[in-house]
Amino acid sequence: MKYVDEFRNGDTASALARLIRAEVKPGRNYRLMEFCGGHTHAIFRFGVNDLMPENVRFIHGPGCPVCVLPAGRIESAIRLAEEERVILCTYADLMRVPAGSRDSLHKAKARGADIRMIYSATDVLAIAQANPERQVVFFAIGFETTTPPTAAVLKIAKAMQLNNFTVFCNHVQTPPAMMHILSAGEAGIDGILGPSHVSAIIGSRAYADCCDKYRVPLVIAGFEPVDVIQSVLMLVRQINAGEAEVENQYTRAVSQTGNQKAQALMQEVFEQRPMFEWRGLGSLPESAVQIRSEYAAFDAEKRFNMKEIATADIKGCICPAVLRGVNNPDECKLFGTACTPEDPKGACMVSSEGACAAYYSYGRYRETTGTT
Amino acid sequence: MSRLDIKHGIIEMGHGSGGRASATLIEELFIRHFDNSLLSQGNDQAAFNVPAGRMVISTDAHVITPLFFPGGDIGSLSVHGTINDVAMSGASPLYLAASFIIEEGFPLADLEAIVISMARASKAAGVPVVTGDTKVVERGKGDGVFITTTGIGIVPADVDISGDRARAGDLIIVSGSIGDHGIAILSSREGLEFGTAMESDSAALHTLVAAMVADVPGIRCLRDPTRGGLATTLNELARQSGVGMRIKETAIPVKAEVKGACELLGLDPLYIANEGKLVCIVAPEDAERLLTIMQKHPLAQNAAIIGTVCTDAQQMVVMATAFGGKRVVDWLAGEQLPRIC
Repeated sequence: MKYVDEFRNGDTASALARLIRAEVKPGRNYRLMEFCGGHTHAIFRFGVNDLMPENVRFIHGPGCPVCVLPAGRIESAIRLAEEERVILCTYADLMRVPAGSRDSLHKAKARGADIRMIYSATDVLAIAQANPERQVVFFAIGFETTTPPTAAVLKIAKAMQLNNFTVFCNHVQTPPAMMHILSAGEAGIDGILGPSHVSAIIGSRAYADCCDKYRVPLVIAGFEPVDVIQSVLMLVRQINAGEAEVENQYTRAVSQTGNQKAQALMQEVFEQRPMFEWRGLGSLPESAVQIRSEYAAFDAEKRFNMKEIATADIKGCICPAVLRGVNNPDECKLFGTACTPEDPKGACMVSSEGACAAYYSYGRYRETTGTT
Repeated sequence: MSRLDIKHGIIEMGHGSGGRASATLIEELFIRHFDNSLLSQGNDQAAFNVPAGRMVISTDAHVITPLFFPGGDIGSLSVHGTINDVAMSGASPLYLAASFIIEEGFPLADLEAIVISMARASKAAGVPVVTGDTKVVERGKGDGVFITTTGIGIVPADVDISGDRARAGDLIIVSGSIGDHGIAILSSREGLEFGTAMESDSAALHTLVAAMVADVPGIRCLRDPTRGGLATTLNELARQSGVGMRIKETAIPVKAEVKGACELLGLDPLYIANEGKLVCIVAPEDAERLLTIMQKHPLAQNAAIIGTVCTDAQQMVVMATAFGGKRVVDWLAGEQLPRIC
């Protein structure tokens, strides 16, 4: 496949890996956080770790959209879905995320709630048009990648005067989460692999403050394994030189200013939410968006008068520490025993982008036990 | 007796009552199209003579959305699926039985199209549907139509194929490109229009199996990687036989359209369903010869050796990636869901 195979070429990867090995200083560690779950997935799926010298370590970041959504928001969505006239639409990954009390959207669906998996935000509009007697709610989640499509459907819905359509908005923003992790300082990060798709929307400039303030280099990296390895090399060089710049490896998709049409669209429909709770990171100021008052008629939180629900995280689950880059998944007592992809306790075990699921599914934790 | 209005009619509760309407439906639709002497006798069972030897029986319930998809429909699928399950023992399938659960209000024209497709598939395979049953459920209590088929067959004398016979050193063969069926179904589902011309690989594999066992009766394992795809089948066989497997990503045939669709949706072709492919495990000394025989058959022209069986207490399937790393190919947890990012 063109534009994919080239970036999965083993020879190119090995050549870059040799350069990395030649340039790392034996006396020091390079702790690199890949912010995005997409990178975590690629690192495990292709075995990128196998090519890295021992002192280069990947720290998994919080950039998995379903992982950072707190259980309370999912509980709210389940309650909404269980109202008689409601059809709740959401992206597939979210279906199995545990809410409080071992519930999930999947289980609510099995109990009879009308919950539909969609592939594209515009599918929700079609469902709303086809079911005029029902209230169709789009459970919208994700970083800046999935925010513009939600903005687009809100705009279309308003133009169509679609009065049975609302959005339960849970869109969050990347730079504030990154700032938070760096300010906490507990993960000991030497460099950051910056998001691919998010950066295509917000542009490479969006991370300048982050790098300046915390003196940490950031390289925006594509999602393919060769992208990741080349970006590691770029980070190693910056770290060795004592630099802390935003660099862009993913030039085939990311510009300095990003997608300005998408930014304008988000600006038109959404405004800054003063405070939003993240799973693992806690309540962060100005880290998420909410629907502007001009679009209030399409805001599910307003139409259904939704209240915040507080739910405790599962006992023993260290997802919060995993999401902050403090712990590895296999340091959790529940990992692989009480918590598996079949029966996830923590959100990081659900999505294939979650660090725990990647650890488990690609079986790296089992290698130490030895096979022949 | 009133005749069926196939063009405009729908299934009514009466069609499943066992009365006159049922008889009309059976005669004008099922007996007419399946068209064989055993079924035409009109008994509640089919009686026939069987040769001496080992027999196999297998049953499979078919539920699928959409009922009609590129490259097939629930009718042809229900014939191919069960013939394949019987054939994976090395057997020649003899007869099929079919049970229909039909939802009230289902268009007769659609039902006829399904029955014609089923009859065509069964005739082409030379495996007649010799007995059956029809039930009608109230509107809203079914999903159009469900078809359960049961097949029986005879295993040749010197053949002993079973999932627990894989041994370290054996080679693993797949009969062609993987993921075609699952991607064809996904692409034809509502709400997911990516204009591929991908067709399901739905096909009856018994003639391929017959050619294979005729030359290499010592084949160890055969299985069709349907739901859960190649990854699930390999894990099943590894567990049954108590062995590990080492496969090579570059050796596994995957069509470009399937790769593309999987990239787009964040799916893995290893876990996508097939309906016209088989996985074969064979002793190393027989592998090349068997591969040549398979490649001569129209349904296995792209057959390939994809890996080896090894000793592994943990019974893991490990794949050398095209990229040069390796990864464990684990059982699928729940269903494969598209990713968000």
